Amino acid sequence: MSSRDAILASIRSNLPKLDRPLPAVPKFGDDSPANLVEAFGNALTRMGGRLLDPDFTGDAMGPVRALLEHSRLVCSATSEMRGELDLATVVYPRALADVDHALVRASCGVAETGSVLLTDLDLKVNALAYLAQHLIVLLDPADIVVNMHSAYARPEFRERRYAVFHSGPSATADIEGVLILGAQGVRSLSVLLVPRNATENAEAAL
Amino acid sequence: MRKSTSDDRPGNSKIEPQPRGARNKGNRPIDQAEAAERFLATPHHQKQHDERLWTLRQRRDDQMWSMPEWEQMRTLASAIKEHTLSHLDTYLEMFETNAKANGVVVHWAKDAAEHNSIVQRVLERRGARTLIKSKSMLTEECGLRADLAKAGVEVIETDLGERIQQLDGEDPSHVVVPAVHKLRTDVAKVFAATIGSDPDNDDPHHLAGAQRDATRPLILNADAGMTGANFLVAETGAVVVCTNEGNADLCANIPDLHIVSVGIEKLIPRSEDLAIFVRMLSRSALGSPITQYTSHFRGPRQGGEMHVVLVDNGRSERLGMEEFWTSLKCIRCGACMNTCPVYRRSGGLSYGATYSGPIGLIIDPTFNARKYSNLPFASTLNGSCTSVCPVKINIHEQIYAWRKVLVRKHETPFVKRAAMKAAGAVLARPAVYRATVERTNEALASLPRFAIYNGLNAWGKNREMPHPPAETFHQWFIKNRGGKR
Repeated sequence: MSSRDAILASIRSNLPKLDRPLPAVPKFGDDSPANLVEAFGNALTRMGGRLLDPDFTGDAMGPVRALLEHSRLVCSATSEMRGELDLATVVYPRALADVDHALVRASCGVAETGSVLLTDLDLKVNALAYLAQHLIVLLDPADIVVNMHSAYARPEFRERRYAVFHSGPSATADIEGVLILGAQGVRSLSVLLVPRNATENAEAAL
Repeated sequence: MRKSTSDDRPGNSKIEPQPRGARNKGNRPIDQAEAAERFLATPHHQKQHDERLWTLRQRRDDQMWSMPEWEQMRTLASAIKEHTLSHLDTYLEMFETNAKANGVVVHWAKDAAEHNSIVQRVLERRGARTLIKSKSMLTEECGLRADLAKAGVEVIETDLGERIQQLDGEDPSHVVVPAVHKLRTDVAKVFAATIGSDPDNDDPHHLAGAQRDATRPLILNADAGMTGANFLVAETGAVVVCTNEGNADLCANIPDLHIVSVGIEKLIPRSEDLAIFVRMLSRSALGSPITQYTSHFRGPRQGGEMHVVLVDNGRSERLGMEEFWTSLKCIRCGACMNTCPVYRRSGGLSYGATYSGPIGLIIDPTFNARKYSNLPFASTLNGSCTSVCPVKINIHEQIYAWRKVLVRKHETPFVKRAAMKAAGAVLARPAVYRATVERTNEALASLPRFAIYNGLNAWGKNREMPHPPAETFHQWFIKNRGGKR
């Protein structure tokens, strides 16, 4: 008998003889905050992330440009802004080792936890979100959902090979509980709220 | 301003070396109390450990109070797990079908040895000599690192706490925070000896930075990556991993080969069920609303390979244990450990087992009833573990049930058995009981210390016996109420 069949047989002979139906899971969104954007920003800040202040001069990408001013190497996974390293030329993920700032547009945001959802489609090369020193995420305020229940109803979890919630930068408190940002992955996570169509005409080289 | 030196700190290792864990004597019972005594004898380590874990417990409470649906979520989490476990064969097959359809290679391992040889074979086929890895209690359970070392594969742990423990040649002491029993001075000593960091600099930021710099080239050049899994979703074939460092995503997304080791009890039916568990896991573990990274792997990257090894190693047998099968609901959040007064004061390594703390007390004896026969006695049965458990495992009741099983199997020491037998005889006869209490009170008041505080009386270790009252309640009752009811 194969191990697979042996394990399944052992499970079947040991199954608890109990009637335990699968419960329906409610969405728990009834007492959701009136202002999802504000709730998202507060939650993100608590997780160690940063919500970028919008630019009032009409340049939607202004706050991102300001962050990138002294960047040594920018790599962008969104067509909304061009970087110096073209992801289409990356064969091995380790080619991203020297990226200073990575830029990506999120599939959605979650107000409850301040999380942004990134998929393999958004990132093009998954490792980008971990090898870069700093991660900048564009998020359409209309893409913010109230909580994890609404988030998990989204199609990405059935369709994408890779989907990940980022809730703040890489962090550890493994030494005496002292919080350290930039444990193994990115040292900072910045989110700019900008509608998907707002940057259509704003694309520009750095 | 006076310069702060490491000598000022209470945890200076020159003053207080790190206490080591329980002594492993093969198949002979682990003496948890002996190791706990040595931990208690290092006040700086004990205090930091106790306070750090109590802080996590308090932060967990803050999260719980801020969620009106908390108790409803616990009920749902428990119900989903009990449903899945009582249909585990169906959901495992569903997961296998869906994962295969997504391009994942699915393996089945009956025990630790088979798991390790499967992993070794998969690595061998790709000629992989270095493996970067994120934290997995299952691979600790299977002793994977030692087996791979014999096969010439170098394993690099990438979780900071786990890396500290690996470099120190020590097991993790906690399922979520593996090096929580260590002071910064201990870490500085380990890193100075292994990755060449400055031995006199014990600033956690410096230490974490040194580790980041030392590990990064190893990550970039690794041949293969391995992660554990917090959850498997049957209907989508997704492997879900929660980390705060993003190290699981580095392990899975840089090398071309990603191997997942996972226990068969980690299954849940649907994506919507995931919401319940993801909302509770980190809130219970660290008191944060969610881990920094919650990753869902459904298939290999373009040109890559993804393998999932489903491991039984005693789990299917546990499923048939009427009193203990619900321990399989565990999501390894560690909340029961953080709240346990015995765990906080004795350190995870005192249990001498992969799983420590309250959940360990009820899981470890299923692996080896003799070796871990003392563990179910390392509890005050206060029930705090049960009340913080996000999936409602009746941990303290199972601890008590294990004591009964182990006494029946004679896996308890003679002194404890003889004492329990005597207690049973006394408690069964009211007149004998009353006479015994009176005599004990007299004895406690008049006996010399050596007669009370000796090896036969565990209650006299590390604490003073209570002052005996002038009279027993029964004597008081006769005197004041004339014996009338």
